[in-house]
Amino acid sequence: MKQQNKASRNYRRASAKVLSRALIVAAGLGATLACSSESDTEAEAALPAESSEAIRTYGEIVHASYADSLDAAKDMDAAIESFLDDPSEDTLAAAKRSWLTAREPYLQTEVYRFYDGPIDNPDDGPEGMINAWPLDEAYIDYTLDDPSSGIINDPDVEISAESLMSLNEQGGEKNIATGFHAIEFLLWGQDQSDDGPGNRSYTDYVVADGDGHAERRALYLRTVSGLLVEHLQGLVDEWKDGEDNYRADFEKLEPKLALGRIFTGMINLSGFETGGERLQAALDSGSQEDEHSCFSDNTHRDMIQDIQGILNVWQGRYVRADRDEVEGVSLESIVREVDAALADEIDDQIHESLDLANDLETPFDQEIAPENEAGNERVSKLVTSLHKVDGALEEAFDKLGLEVMNME
Amino acid sequence: MFSRFRRVRAGLLLPAGVLVLACGQPEPSSGEPDEAQRLPGGDTTNTLLLGSGAFTRPASNITEEHAASFYTGNSFFNQSWVQAPSSTEARDGLGPLFNARSCSACHFKDGRGSPPLEEDAEFVGILLRLSVPGDEAGDAPVPDPEYGGQLQPFAINDVDPEGSPRVSYAEHSGEYADGDEYSLLEPRFEILDPKYGELASDLMISPRVAPAVFGLGLLAAIPDARLHELADPKDANGDGISGRINQVPDAETGASSVGRFGWKAEQPSVRQQAAGAFLGDMGITTSLFPQQDCTEAEAECQAAIVGGEPEISDELLDKVALYSSLLAVPVRSEWDHPVVLEGQRLFGALGCDGCHVPQHETGDHEFEELGGQVIFPYTDLLLHDMGDELSDERPSFDAEGNEWRTPPLWGLGRVLEVNGHDRLLHDGRARGVAEAVLWHGGEAEAAKEAFKGLSRDERDALVRFVESL
Repeated sequence: MKQQNKASRNYRRASAKVLSRALIVAAGLGATLACSSESDTEAEAALPAESSEAIRTYGEIVHASYADSLDAAKDMDAAIESFLDDPSEDTLAAAKRSWLTAREPYLQTEVYRFYDGPIDNPDDGPEGMINAWPLDEAYIDYTLDDPSSGIINDPDVEISAESLMSLNEQGGEKNIATGFHAIEFLLWGQDQSDDGPGNRSYTDYVVADGDGHAERRALYLRTVSGLLVEHLQGLVDEWKDGEDNYRADFEKLEPKLALGRIFTGMINLSGFETGGERLQAALDSGSQEDEHSCFSDNTHRDMIQDIQGILNVWQGRYVRADRDEVEGVSLESIVREVDAALADEIDDQIHESLDLANDLETPFDQEIAPENEAGNERVSKLVTSLHKVDGALEEAFDKLGLEVMNME
Repeated sequence: MFSRFRRVRAGLLLPAGVLVLACGQPEPSSGEPDEAQRLPGGDTTNTLLLGSGAFTRPASNITEEHAASFYTGNSFFNQSWVQAPSSTEARDGLGPLFNARSCSACHFKDGRGSPPLEEDAEFVGILLRLSVPGDEAGDAPVPDPEYGGQLQPFAINDVDPEGSPRVSYAEHSGEYADGDEYSLLEPRFEILDPKYGELASDLMISPRVAPAVFGLGLLAAIPDARLHELADPKDANGDGISGRINQVPDAETGASSVGRFGWKAEQPSVRQQAAGAFLGDMGITTSLFPQQDCTEAEAECQAAIVGGEPEISDELLDKVALYSSLLAVPVRSEWDHPVVLEGQRLFGALGCDGCHVPQHETGDHEFEELGGQVIFPYTDLLLHDMGDELSDERPSFDAEGNEWRTPPLWGLGRVLEVNGHDRLLHDGRARGVAEAVLWHGGEAEAAKEAFKGLSRDERDALVRFVESL
């Protein structure tokens, strides 16, 4: 398919000519023509000159945020190792803190999804291994309903990086075996309380006190934590500047194609993924089973940092974990050059969404509880706002003459 | 077979005909570029997301009200159901016997299933319908008395699964007119370890691949009158193509309705199709189908705890139906590539468009997004005799064993990116478009023979056109 895509662009004009020729033939046959025959969907206007600079900025931000995610995941992996070496309330608490810290930069990278780039290309994109949800707890470990359920409690299933990757999403999109939410479940356990997160005991990992599967559970946790680090390393490598990698190919693309991908990520993360799958579905069901980080009650941070990621790309500015800033020509300035009012609208809308996400009260599962009218209202406003972000970005997508293309 | 082709050509000789074609839309199979075809789903078309998520977007014109239900439908489509009783009450009731724990297990990313691609792999995305001959000669087959109408290879705790399906292939080779060789895989399905008694010696096995689930609402919105107009049960126009409507009962009203969904057009609506799949494939009862498919031989199945009556509420079933109705058809990227246009012309010239009818206009639909759209699904939704080689010898309502509903072709070329395979036809035997064409028989025999007579470039163009849809 790869070669065909470029070719199809080049032939667009040629095919318009074919049609014109058909019309001339028709005229020659004596028919009177008074119809406009074609409407080219591709805008003719050239992109603003600094588009390639904005694309460079994007690459810098992507790399920096994945690098931060990797560092934080390594810290988490070390904290998990300390916990497994010496399980206690304190070491478990430290491991949980490290998970929460690792989520902060990673969530800001979610806006790089949806165009089958390094994170989620169907061949080897690790997204499903890193952040897939919702999770069927019973696929991994015991639950309240079934004390013997899951891979951990089935000694016939081998626990290794390879086996867990092959078990991920086997039999359905919800059969998640790896990634942040698997680690979250293994640290927190099922969330059975109204006002707090899950409350798994560290003794689940103490061989002498446990249910006979503590070693397998520890091996599972260690394995998925290590896998997460490995997968994030791969993403950092693909976006490193000056290498023969995805970043290099990305920057060589026609700016319209590269910008098309950047916008595709922003559009799909705002309306579809965050507004739809994560918020609207959770609100409609009123069930914590539908909240994103249900074990740790960290869902509000997921929403805030997802939107922050959209804002980073829009503003061409990312504040690193160490407070250093990565900044350059922004997408905003590109859109502003074409339509200043639209740029204002997008900017206002993203900021509004970010404010509304910050207004959510915790825990999120109580915000969506059917009897909590005020909470439902706050979530609903955020959903509406995110759909407006989506709509305004789609308008910019069209204004810039971008087009959704087959992925390469 | 070539009558349609001749008719179009004849039209081109007349200036008046040319005027109509030039000012309106080009004839769909003329090989002329037609920008309307870029958006196969009209205003609903997904123009934002391709790649592995190409089938996952809601209709582009979805209303705010429907969006709310869409995402809940999505969640219930993707999630795994669990055995009852469970604290997750909305999601329990799986089984007792089942083929999959979730809709998405078979329709992964809203795409198409396939037979196992590796030997001894589990059957996910394909199931086996079971039947035995009726009592009297000439009677329709009936469900197997021990195993019911469908093999369910999985079961909840304390219930034995019915058996393990397996597939093996015999390879046949053949030649195109230009001497290029091809090979076809003829599948043979069998059931190992039958747990509820020996299999009947006259057991018939009818494999069914899970089709993609986008664009279904648009197909539902094609007016009945249009299908009646396309139907030609006695081949009155003598083109060798009949085209019959499968009149099937509406489970709610009992009224005879036009069948549109399923490989034999045995379901009249998206909602009923979804309810049928909930019951048959996951063991989830609905108000439409409140009884589990447990035979008398399957005592544990009959005794199992139910997860509510019905196990999925009407409200949630409606949302799943809305979800599958409003999943958008993806935009075409290559609609005006010259090779694709040449393939499009050949598609018409060979008469493929006699059944894979390119264009329809939708009528009213309860979801307003779907009404009044010019769409390009490349199907007539009618039953056609596809020949003995594809026959499963198992009638379904009006459909004979060798009759199959013309499947829509839209989005077909993106299945590889979404689902990682290019298997086609009801049992997934065809590896790609060319093999699927080569399996055509019956009413499509002449079109297939014409395809075999094309040059390699022409065949490639036709295949590329179909993949571009």
